[in-house]
Amino acid sequence: MPGERFDAVVVGSGPGGYVAAIRAAQLGRRVAVVEADRPGGICLNWGCIPTKALLRNAEVLQLFQRAGEFGVSLEGLRADYAVAHARSRQVAERMSRGVEYLFRKRQITLIPGRGTLLAPGAVRVAAADGSARTVEAAAVVLATGARPKSLPGVAIDGVRVISSDEALRLDRVPPSIVVIGAGAVGVEFADVFASYGTQVTVVEALPRLLPLEDEEISRHLARSFAKRKIDVRAGARVQSVRAGGDAVRVEIEHEGQAARLEAAMVLMAVGRGANTGDLGLEALGVTVARGFVQVSPRMETSVPGVYAIGDVAGPPLLAHKASAEGIVAAEALAGAAPGPLDYRAVPSCTYCHPQVASLGLTEAQARADGRAVRVGRYMFVANGKAQALGEPEGLVKIVAAGDTGEILGVHVIGAEATELIAELALGKTLEATVEEVGRTIHAHPTMAEAVMEAALDAMGEAIHL
Amino acid sequence: MAVTKVVMPKLSEAMETGKLLRWLKQEGDRVSGGDIIAEIETDKADIELEAFGSGVLRKLLVGPGASVPVGQLIAVIADPDEDIGALASAAPAGGPAPSAVGAPPAPAPAAAAAGAPPPGPAAAAPAPPRPAASPAPAREPAADGGPAPGAQPAPPPGPPSAAAPPAGPPVVSPGRLRASPLARNVARQAGLDLAQVTGTGPGGRIVQRDVQAALAARSAAVAAPAAPPRVPAAAPPAGPETEEVPLTQIRAAIARQMIQSKAPVPHFYVTAEIAMDRAVALRGELQALPGAPKLTFTDLIVRACAVALGRHPGINASFAGDRLRRHRAVHIGIAVALDDGLITPVLRDCDRKSLFQIAAESRDLIERTRARKLRQPELSGATFSISNLGMFPVEEFSAIINPPEGAILAVGAILDKPVVVDGRLAVGKRMRVTLSCDHRVMDGAMGARFLADLKATLEAPLALLA
Repeated sequence: MPGERFDAVVVGSGPGGYVAAIRAAQLGRRVAVVEADRPGGICLNWGCIPTKALLRNAEVLQLFQRAGEFGVSLEGLRADYAVAHARSRQVAERMSRGVEYLFRKRQITLIPGRGTLLAPGAVRVAAADGSARTVEAAAVVLATGARPKSLPGVAIDGVRVISSDEALRLDRVPPSIVVIGAGAVGVEFADVFASYGTQVTVVEALPRLLPLEDEEISRHLARSFAKRKIDVRAGARVQSVRAGGDAVRVEIEHEGQAARLEAAMVLMAVGRGANTGDLGLEALGVTVARGFVQVSPRMETSVPGVYAIGDVAGPPLLAHKASAEGIVAAEALAGAAPGPLDYRAVPSCTYCHPQVASLGLTEAQARADGRAVRVGRYMFVANGKAQALGEPEGLVKIVAAGDTGEILGVHVIGAEATELIAELALGKTLEATVEEVGRTIHAHPTMAEAVMEAALDAMGEAIHL
Repeated sequence: MAVTKVVMPKLSEAMETGKLLRWLKQEGDRVSGGDIIAEIETDKADIELEAFGSGVLRKLLVGPGASVPVGQLIAVIADPDEDIGALASAAPAGGPAPSAVGAPPAPAPAAAAAGAPPPGPAAAAPAPPRPAASPAPAREPAADGGPAPGAQPAPPPGPPSAAAPPAGPPVVSPGRLRASPLARNVARQAGLDLAQVTGTGPGGRIVQRDVQAALAARSAAVAAPAAPPRVPAAAPPAGPETEEVPLTQIRAAIARQMIQSKAPVPHFYVTAEIAMDRAVALRGELQALPGAPKLTFTDLIVRACAVALGRHPGINASFAGDRLRRHRAVHIGIAVALDDGLITPVLRDCDRKSLFQIAAESRDLIERTRARKLRQPELSGATFSISNLGMFPVEEFSAIINPPEGAILAVGAILDKPVVVDGRLAVGKRMRVTLSCDHRVMDGAMGARFLADLKATLEAPLALLA
């Protein structure tokens, strides 16, 4: 097929790629998107969205298990994971079709196949049927995402040793599982499986659950998981993983002692690696360092006209960070001068129960910076709405600069934490200080009042504390 | 309500002003979205301007040939019966506005008005006609937030407004400081006047990074930084007729610092003539005392200023964004000329030092300045400065304020002049001084009262020994 010419071609249609494509189209550019799988990338198909559907099922189930607290009697409660799985696929399918619709609406050309950079401005697309074509464009945006990593020497066989990709394809839960890695992915699957009765063991090399979060949040989550009989082995080194016929054996070293865990499955959740291979980067001289494509603040790589966004362009590996970068890249390639992103204002959310959300520095990081720090806290147990909902677990913690009141970090654990963080992401972006947050009138009764009180507490002025 | 504000669009990244070549529609013409209503000349090309809204072209606010900053309101499209009084008077009417040409941030009065909310119920009554040139008394904008000052073309009514790429560095509107709460806090703590900071946030809003950049520039200017000096873009091309002299670091620092003063600080000047006969005599007598340190007129003036500043705290003050900062201490900067520039070392606590102390310390300070042996604390923190060119045949001059100080005294030579004493002509020793004042901090009468006090002190100079 002869070459086709566009203003921009985006390789990958995840939350970075499809947003970049739409923004570039909004700015009047002719755009093509190359995608080997369903539109929407990992996020919509095999990540954020289907896992949230499963976690909602887990939440509903946990609520039913607590029905007695609310005076609702249930007999013969049964939970069918196959239905939960089917629902998660339906949700993912609906969202993916939504992306196709948006492409049609914006007259964005979706080209199925795998894209490889031939030259700056030329992408070769190899289709599943073996045919190939070349697409030309003034600008190329690489948005190829990342894939699950494993530990050295441990192969993901997709049966006994699985990654999140296979976990989302399970239509029944295993009787037992060892989850290796206690980041967001590991903790969320541990939550889902434990809710459906799986015996879950979480193994983490660093000393705590969600090791990138504030220590106080990790401690809180550890207490909650312990109550739910989730076995957490933090600070443990995995020595070996051996898959047998009907079980997997995991040898670990934990607190100076060797231990052997045995389960029906192992979920590897030790992080994700950027999809930089087979893209033709080396031949073009696109700089890749520490596994990620290096980019400028306007998301341009070392080769002019070639942009990279999202997971492939470096951490944090988050969908909304990819989308924000997609908008920057689209505006840059359209000739505008987008402002640089403030990575300190990128929120991070984990949808286990209780939910965890944060942005900016942990208290320890802020103190390590050597600056005067004020910490404000508010426990949901003192919040009327949380009590009324029967969700008194958790807290809001705000780390502020002692001199200027700058919001340095925010850490929330509890019901709807992932919604509550939006207020402080806005505050951080607008450079509000704890004073503006504390003096913002919050509706009563809401969980968000805890945000206001935490801000006031950072000033030593909390009312309900 | 259907009012469409037509603003000068930003048609290229570097575009700061556009020239209106001609109107293709006239006032009263009916236009619909997409109609070509004008032609605009940019740095790159002539471009046709489309109407984004439909209605009647009610008002043309600039005439052919006018250069207009990006974002400025140039016309109003509205329904025939819509009241556009407030909008239409918001921009200078008719005629070219050549003053805006090439002025980078182009703070045209109308830029703010273009972003002001369109007239709502408050403007329902017919607006009284106003002199066309006067800026509209636009509603007091919120201290922060509010719409960006006309940095983008008016949004089209139909499809999403996203059709236009986001504007680059936005037009900064005068008389209104948009800054984040955090930026305000950081500036307040560092004693930085936000009016001297260029905002790079949305709509020109000043954000933390802008304050940090300004603080870095300020300390760089004081400390004569290692950064390589840049040749200003406006310099005429080099040729056989010219010699290119690379900027010394101190010259580059002065260039930066002075622009930071003269551009944002509104200066005014108050001049007085002081009879120095008695001061000259006093200095002669003091110098003749055995063991007395060398005493200069600058020392006398420093002491006199310290006395007067103590009585006029409004002069010993700085503009600090949303407040004035009065300094309890009197630290006086003394401008010292060097071969390649100027340094203003600081003599601290002048109000608490005797004349001889001031003489001894300032001599040491000036010697070390010339030897470039100053310590960092001696280079900053002045609350007032004195620049004395009296050793030259300079009768009077005016100096540029060294921010964040609120004023600087420029001192001319003491000259023999014909004066009238008791109705008879005589020869007197006269010195002219000019106080440059930051008008945000003080007004003319305050400067005049200070000079009157300074004059009285120097004319009856025994008080300097107190």
